[in-house]
Amino acid sequence: MTFDHHGATTLSDAFDLLARHGDDAYLLAGGTSFVLLYQQGLIRPGHVIGLRGVPELRGIHRDGQGHLRIGATTTHRQAETSAVVRAHCPALAETFGRVATVRIRNQATVGGNLVHADPAQDPPPMLIALGAAVILASRSGVRQVELDDLFVDSLTTVIRPDEILRELVIPPLAAGTRAVYLKFLPRTADDYATVSVAAVASGGRVRVALGGAGAVPIRAHAVERAIAAGATIDDAAAAVDADIDPMSDIRGSASYKRRMARVWTARALRRVLA
Amino acid sequence: MSTHRIRFTLNGALAETAVPADRLLIDLLRDDLGATGTKKGCAIGVCGACSVLIDGVLLSSCLVLALDVDGGAVTTVEGLAAANGELAPLQEAFITEGGFQCGICTPGQLIAATALLAEQRRPTDEAITSWMMGNLCRCTGYAGIRAAIRAASEQA
Repeated sequence: MTFDHHGATTLSDAFDLLARHGDDAYLLAGGTSFVLLYQQGLIRPGHVIGLRGVPELRGIHRDGQGHLRIGATTTHRQAETSAVVRAHCPALAETFGRVATVRIRNQATVGGNLVHADPAQDPPPMLIALGAAVILASRSGVRQVELDDLFVDSLTTVIRPDEILRELVIPPLAAGTRAVYLKFLPRTADDYATVSVAAVASGGRVRVALGGAGAVPIRAHAVERAIAAGATIDDAAAAVDADIDPMSDIRGSASYKRRMARVWTARALRRVLA
Repeated sequence: MSTHRIRFTLNGALAETAVPADRLLIDLLRDDLGATGTKKGCAIGVCGACSVLIDGVLLSSCLVLALDVDGGAVTTVEGLAAANGELAPLQEAFITEGGFQCGICTPGQLIAATALLAEQRRPTDEAITSWMMGNLCRCTGYAGIRAAIRAASEQA
């Protein structure tokens, strides 16, 4: 059993195809996760809707309010090397550049990365720490969802079957904002992180999020509260234990990830606060 | 299942064929078109043996649907030498610098390095290492590979 492929040429065309094929449809952007899931027999869609030809899903720009807007089918490599992204937030460009290898970054898209919702991916913690949101579009309109609220479980998001992730929106950053993304890689440089930590500090406040530390990318509210209450960096980093729920896997046991989350949270906090 | 007629250039020559929707580029190249220079290693986008250029962009042909190269230009290792068979400077450098042992990863290494040198004329050793980290060599030939890329960049 295999699928019919339909190349959408506009967003409206893609909505029509989604409406026609319903639950039997799968949206295809870069294709890296699609091909892997398909080859492993984990998905068997009857219809695949290709989004590469949809102009509304492309492009990177700063809007009139100073928000950075990145189209969903922008590749990681395009985001990593974009002067617009780098000017808005160099650490965000670097985070896109930490994903896998240049070959994967040339193919995998920033929107596909988010809808795939693997909890160990690199961009989500950074985007959560930056206060980013996504625009979800459907026939019935658009809605904006904070990255914090997008992920429900491993490989599961709040996106409805009739919706398409159109773009990422990263708010303007106050002058003097410091941001860092640290990725703990005990195995190979192109691996998913055992744990990763993003921290963004601005005007005495800090936002922290972790990857690989649970079923979804996790905002570290306890760490943020500890910093706001005047805790030392080491004490605030210890508070990460209350935020996370790591699973044992080939990248480390749950207890090891807990200890490493603490170590790397402290390192990230030092980079943006010290 | 849908079937798709595709037209693209493979190493400069026009290729025209029909593919089922789930045909992967690696299988189109090797099994349908007989271009077996490109190797199938891990088949999950990690090892780099199946590296090709599509419109100059470095990609894993094991992760690309064949129908997506319609209208594009695909370059494989067979396309690196000149029409008269003369090897590219990068290929010569792999020979003179000992950039391979068993050779199974070499087509992917050459394609990845070609993409690097197209983007950065004189990459630093750090840039070479970072770019090439997605192309695995199990004969521990990395020093030779890096030396070959450096030598080719210095000739350019």
